[in-house]
Amino acid sequence: MILLVPSLIIALMYFMFQNAPIRPGEVSPFNNACLILLGLLPLVVMFLITSIAMQRERASGTLERILTTPLRRLDLLGAYGTAFSIAAAAQATVACILAFWLLGFTTAGSAIWVFVIAIINAVLGVGLGLLASAFARTEFQAVQFMPVIVIPQLLLCGIIIPREMMPDWLQWISNVLPASYALEALRQVGAYPDLTATALRDIAIVVGFAVVALCLAAMTLRRRTP
Amino acid sequence: MLTSSSDELLAGGAGPAVDIDHLRVIRGKRPALHDFSVQIARGTITGLLGPSGCGKTTLMRCMVGTQIVASGSVTVLGQPAGSTPLRHRVGYVTQDPTIYDDLRVIDNVRYFGALYGAPSSASDEAVDAVGLHELRTANGGNLSGGQRTRASLACALVCHPDLLVLDEPTVGLDPVLRTDLWAQFTALAQAGTTLIVSSHVMDEADHCGDLLLMREGNLLAHTTPAKLREDTGCQSLEEAFLSVIRRSTVPAAS
Repeated sequence: MILLVPSLIIALMYFMFQNAPIRPGEVSPFNNACLILLGLLPLVVMFLITSIAMQRERASGTLERILTTPLRRLDLLGAYGTAFSIAAAAQATVACILAFWLLGFTTAGSAIWVFVIAIINAVLGVGLGLLASAFARTEFQAVQFMPVIVIPQLLLCGIIIPREMMPDWLQWISNVLPASYALEALRQVGAYPDLTATALRDIAIVVGFAVVALCLAAMTLRRRTP
Repeated sequence: MLTSSSDELLAGGAGPAVDIDHLRVIRGKRPALHDFSVQIARGTITGLLGPSGCGKTTLMRCMVGTQIVASGSVTVLGQPAGSTPLRHRVGYVTQDPTIYDDLRVIDNVRYFGALYGAPSSASDEAVDAVGLHELRTANGGNLSGGQRTRASLACALVCHPDLLVLDEPTVGLDPVLRTDLWAQFTALAQAGTTLIVSSHVMDEADHCGDLLLMREGNLLAHTTPAKLREDTGCQSLEEAFLSVIRRSTVPAAS
């Protein structure tokens, strides 16, 4: 499921937009949608998977048991990050092959950067998921963090409405959400053949957010609990 | 306070395996352990006995280093409990079997073995030691209660710890399996491992060299099965324990 579902969703979008008119000189709506999906779907999927996996570890007691072993907390986080990043890489590979080769998705910039941004978003999703799992006592609660943490980011990052057109206070909020920068980086790669300074800066910012999320998650892994 | 057997056992001079000094633990605004002090000698099997809710699990978590303590100290094998060098040497089996349901038994044991740096041959030995050889490829979720307990035990045995802390390992097991496990515990103790086993079945106390009787977070007695029978004049250890409780509550009543 984890490998195929994003590709299936992208294929679904392709068929949705098949009959949509393309204005001359403008990019097809499918192209826009596919770029966003390729880049941001890993964030959503990895957040869900990680928050539930970690919440299960906490609830079943295996986390407490692991913390009595010589394993260091950073090793545990690194392991989670690596494992899910590899899954995200596999997922993104399948999705990119489908999009670029079969569905006619094009970007002005290199496809590699789309792939890289997708992986970085996956790591961000892992960090946020690990952090969110600390505040959920049951899987039921863990799942409900999705509408709290992920959906506002998707709404405010500029997918539906450009950020400049939103009221000031919403723009301020979107400035501190990592998805805004991830989307901007994706759009830069889609529009320009070379990697722009803006895209590089945005990628660095998202990496920074991911690192901060992982560090905060490390603080929630306490060996001693009441 | 009944006679303590620890003095003779500590004569070896290696230092106690566990040294607890004036330990106080508060859980959920209520004290779980009151001014608890005890020394447990190396190479022994110590039984932690007492009714449910008396603080056995809390005490074990203090020894393993996962419990926040209000005051007092817990020293295990000469180091503060939960410190990094100790984590290779202390094995912990929780009350509820904490294994992964999605993994096979052998994969569970290999996983925990990898966390301790044990070779994969140690995993096979541990699975055989608990008698799960035929079920090594069964999924954790498909095991019966007793099999899960044994799998959880194998995950702790894989690292050959110096101190093994077992929280009610025989609960829900049939008498044959129980005897089998206690035979293994005895063998481990003879090889030098210190075992701390908790139970609320008093009859299992006969297998232990040392007994810690607890009630409501207090240490009622630190004794041996023989001395307990002598001091209370009861043959059955269950009656002996009840007699100890009655003795400790009578002064408060009068």
